[in-house]
Formats: sequence, structure tokens, C-alpha cells
Amino acid sequence: MSVRVAFASRSSRVGMALCAVALVVLAAAPFWGGRDDMQLLSQIYAYVALASLWNLLAGYAGLVSVGQQAYVGLGAYLLFAFAILGGVSPLWAIPLAGIIAALVAIPVAGLVFRLRGHYFAIGTWIIAEVFRLLASQVSVLGGGSGTSLPASMVVGIASTRQMRESLVYWIALALVVAVLTLIVLLLRSRYGLALKAIRDSELAATTNGIDVLRTKVLVYIVTAFGTAMIGALIFFQRLRISPDAAFSVNDWTAFVIFITVIGGIGRIEGPIIGTIVFFALRQTLADLGTIYLLMLGVVAILVMLTAPKGIWGLIVERFGWQIFPLERTVILDDRSAGREKQRPDDR
Amino acid sequence: MTDWINVILQGVLVGGLYAMFAAGLSLIFGVMRLVNIAHGDLIVLAAYVALVTTEALGIGPLVSLIIVVPLMAVIGYALQRLILNRTLGEDLLPPLLVTFGLSVIIQNGLLALFTADSRKLQAGDIEVATFKLLEGVYIGILPLLQFAVAIAVIAALQFVFYRTALGRAFRATADSPPVAQLMGLDNRHVFGLAMALSLAVVAIAGVFLAIRADFDPSIGPARLIFGFEAVIIGGLGSMWGTFAGGIVLGVAQAIGAHINPGWQILAGHIAFLIILAVRPEGLFPRIRA
Repeated sequence: MSVRVAFASRSSRVGMALCAVALVVLAAAPFWGGRDDMQLLSQIYAYVALASLWNLLAGYAGLVSVGQQAYVGLGAYLLFAFAILGGVSPLWAIPLAGIIAALVAIPVAGLVFRLRGHYFAIGTWIIAEVFRLLASQVSVLGGGSGTSLPASMVVGIASTRQMRESLVYWIALALVVAVLTLIVLLLRSRYGLALKAIRDSELAATTNGIDVLRTKVLVYIVTAFGTAMIGALIFFQRLRISPDAAFSVNDWTAFVIFITVIGGIGRIEGPIIGTIVFFALRQTLADLGTIYLLMLGVVAILVMLTAPKGIWGLIVERFGWQIFPLERTVILDDRSAGREKQRPDDR
Repeated sequence: MTDWINVILQGVLVGGLYAMFAAGLSLIFGVMRLVNIAHGDLIVLAAYVALVTTEALGIGPLVSLIIVVPLMAVIGYALQRLILNRTLGEDLLPPLLVTFGLSVIIQNGLLALFTADSRKLQAGDIEVATFKLLEGVYIGILPLLQFAVAIAVIAALQFVFYRTALGRAFRATADSPPVAQLMGLDNRHVFGLAMALSLAVVAIAGVFLAIRADFDPSIGPARLIFGFEAVIIGGLGSMWGTFAGGIVLGVAQAIGAHINPGWQILAGHIAFLIILAVRPEGLFPRIRA
């Protein structure tokens, strides 16, 4: 009798097939959509990526950060610094920003990981504030009032305007696919199994030889890497940066948290569903301004109190679906009986 | 020389206000291990409640405390019983996310009601009254009063916590909620009272904040951060440590501002990060986080 672990299930095979179809359709957007469609889709990709990364941090590693705007802003400022001071093409500056942000995240983790649980959350916020205040002291990048990306830098990436817009759109799509793939691979690796064990019981995980702190720091650094690249991309599209916009707690943390909570925290599908709901609501309620944010807060609190697993959690409870092949299923090949026995692992 | 004496003195006196921001935060963390992310926004809410009270009744801001303090305490009790009690448990996520949501709701609610304009409470002549301490060193009556109130608040909290039946209930629930319950305490009610007390302190802090400087709906998070920094600098679980933490933060900010106005807040954050790096348990710790 042999034992193996399978990730895919029938629903995930269907889900992956649908994702592949969606990806082809979305990749062709420059051929079927207008500029507005492409801009809206790019924004959606950015939020799916940011929310997925925050979900990895808070939902899987239990590290509730309210300071991820630190890395959005850092990535964005690095892109501008590379372009303005170093003349580096924005296309190269995006991965470079990610790598540098990951390096910066190492000493930052050394500080904020001294704070436990709730206090960790506020510690991350202070780090973001420090980054914002430091950015407003950098006078070559416009200080407190910010600066714009030189036109030559933008024109340099492609000859025609249409090509540029398509290129930036494809980069956004490629980045969100890369972020989701990275998260799926991480969760399927032994680190993913370790995260699951830590989530169930830190003590039990430790006694099974898992280095809890190291695993969490790894997730924190991976998240900083992804978040900074998305931040760089967002502000490359905006062409203008200022400390208040780049390190905005509302734009890069409040929205991201609400998206994840409403969609379903601790499941990879949650942030995707949440982002779709968020943009659907925004397209209809955008005129309400501050009231929209207020309502979003109310909805998020209601979801947290009544259905803490969010929309996708309810779907999973009802139908047991998973889109991404993540759930580990132990399969016993019982040769003598000639049939497969399956035991889905307990969540 | 007198220049620096002035800077340090101003820092110490502002530190009293930061200690008041911190005291309410420290109290509820001590009792129910909850960090209230909406704490700063509740301080700003108290400032607006005082604004409405003074304008509606034509009374001074200090007199308005008679109304603002009990009102905020009732809001605190209701908040705890209706919402926050449901979030407490093993999982850290619900209380953090719910208080974060509350923070956004309060901020945007105030923005919708009062716009983003800066407001200030007018306390009259006392605002500018000073007395001479040394040649060239003057102390404002209002900052001094604020500092004295901060000492009184900390002393009162210390007294309640260690000398009264309510304080015994707080400490018992903090040590072990199930055992406290077995001894006949209603934890939900005890937590409600703790939040009421926390928001009573928030009310005092909010009124002094609003007399001292301009305020608008967006300044709450920074007050939460100042209070939090004071708690960590001072050391968890020690009320007088928190008071000292507030003063360290106030002095650090005053020194930063004196060197370069743009460095005021940054200097406070850096002082906090240095303490976190070299002495993460804080200056006067009682319990470990």
C-alpha cells in the first residue's frame, strides 16, 4: 500500500481551467478593450495582488500588519529614484525595487518582531510613518510635495502611446499572475505546511521542529518584495508621487484589509472575490465619497462578526470548492483492494 | 542655555498629554489583551463632542468635561458590550480588524459631519497665561494644568487598579477570565467597565488636545501612535512607566522640533525605535508582552 499527497481536486481542475481561459481573455484586453477598461483592469490587478499578499501575511502567517503601505510607498519611491537619479528604465526598476524592499524588510523585521500580536500591528504602522516622514525629507524627489516622472523615461519604454499602454497593462497582469503563483507555490512548499501547523498551534508546531519565527520572517520578507513591486507599478502608471499618496493608510491598507475580510481571509480565493465586490460597489457608489469608505468599514465589521471567513468561506462551507490546488488530500493506494481511499485533511 | 531648558520643559509638559493618550490604551490592554486601533479616533471624537457641547451650551471647554467624560464612558461601555466583547478570544484577528474598521468609520463619520476644516476649543485667558520660572524661562498655566491633570489621572487609575473592588475585578479577569467568572464576576460587564474607564480618560485627553492645538478628523491615528509609543517606551503593565514614556516621547519630539521643525514627529518615532532595539521590554517593565 502506498501513500501520496494530492493537491488538486475536481473543483480545482475546473477552477484552473477557468483561470486559464480568463487569463487568455484578459491578456488580449489591449485588442478588445479601450483605455478606460485597461486602466480599470490594471487597478483591479494591483488590488488583487496587494490583498493576496496581505492575506498571506495576516491570514496564513497570523501577522496582522496595518503598515504595508510602507512597502507600497518604498517600492514607488525606489522606482522614481532609479528613474530620476539613475536613469534606470522603469521596467528594470520594478524588480529592483522589490529586491531592495526585501533587503530593507530584514532589519525592519528585526525591530517589529519584538512586538507581539496586537502590538506588532501598530509597530508596522509606525514603520510606515517613519518611511513617509523620511521620504518627505528627500528634497531631490520633491520633499513633502512630491514629484513627477520625467517624460523621457515614459517615452523610452515603447515608441507609440498605444504600445506603451499595452505594455504597462501586460506588466500589471504578469505581476498579479506572478504574485498569485508565488503564493500558491509557497503554500504548497514545506513552508506552507509549516504555516498551516503554526496557525493551528504554535506550540505544537515548535515541538515538531518548525522554526516559527524564521517561517514568519520569511513570509514577511516575501510579502515586502511583492508589495514593493506592486507599489512601483501603481505609481509608474500614475506618473506622479507624493509621500501622502505613496504611504496612504486608507488606499493601501484600509481598502486592502476590507477587501480581504469581505472576500474571505485565510483563503487564496478570498482577496480575488473581495476585489471584484469592492470594484463593483465602487463603480456604483463612487459618488458617495467618504460615506463609501464608512459603509465599507461597517460591512467589514459585520462580516467579521457574523461570517468571519468571508464570502468565499461561506461558499467553501456550502460547496467545498477550491479554485487553486492547495488543499492537501492523503490518498491511499490500496492495491489489494484495488481502489483508492481518500481522506481530505481536516482544516 | 535657557533655550534648551525651555525646549525640555515644553517637552515634559506635552509628555503629560501623551501619557493620557497612553493610559487608556494601557488599561484595556492590561485587562483584556485588546489593542484598540480606534483609540486615537476616539480621542478626536471626544474633542468634537466637547466642541458641540461648548457651542450648544455656551460653556468653557474645561467645564464641558462634566458632560464629555460621562458621555464618552457610556459610549465605551456600549461599544464593549455590543461589539468588542464578541471579538475577544484566542484569535487576534477579529479585535484588530474590528477596531481598525471602527477607526475608519469614526474618521469618515466625523469628516462627513464636520468637514476637514481645522477646529479648536477656546478656553479664554487661561490659554495665554504664563508665569516666570527663571530669567527667560516661562511656563504656560494651561500646559502646567494639563500636566497636573495627567498626574492625577495616572494616580487615580493606579488607585482604582490596586485599591478598589473594581480594580480587583480588573486584575482577576486579566489573570484568568474563567476563574474570575467562577468567582461570580460577569466578565462582559467587567470588560465594559474597563472600556468605560478607558474612554473617560480619552475624554479628558481629547479636551486638552483640542484646547492646545487645532484638530481635524484625520489626526486620530497619530494620537494612537503617540500613546502606543509611550506605552512601549515606558514598559508594559506599569502606569507610572507609561507616564515616564509619555515624557520621554514629548522631550524627544521637542528636541527634534528645535533642531528642525520637520523632524518633530520623526524624532519621537526614532526614540521609540531605539528603545525597541536596545531595551524592548521598555524602561520600567512590569510584565512581558
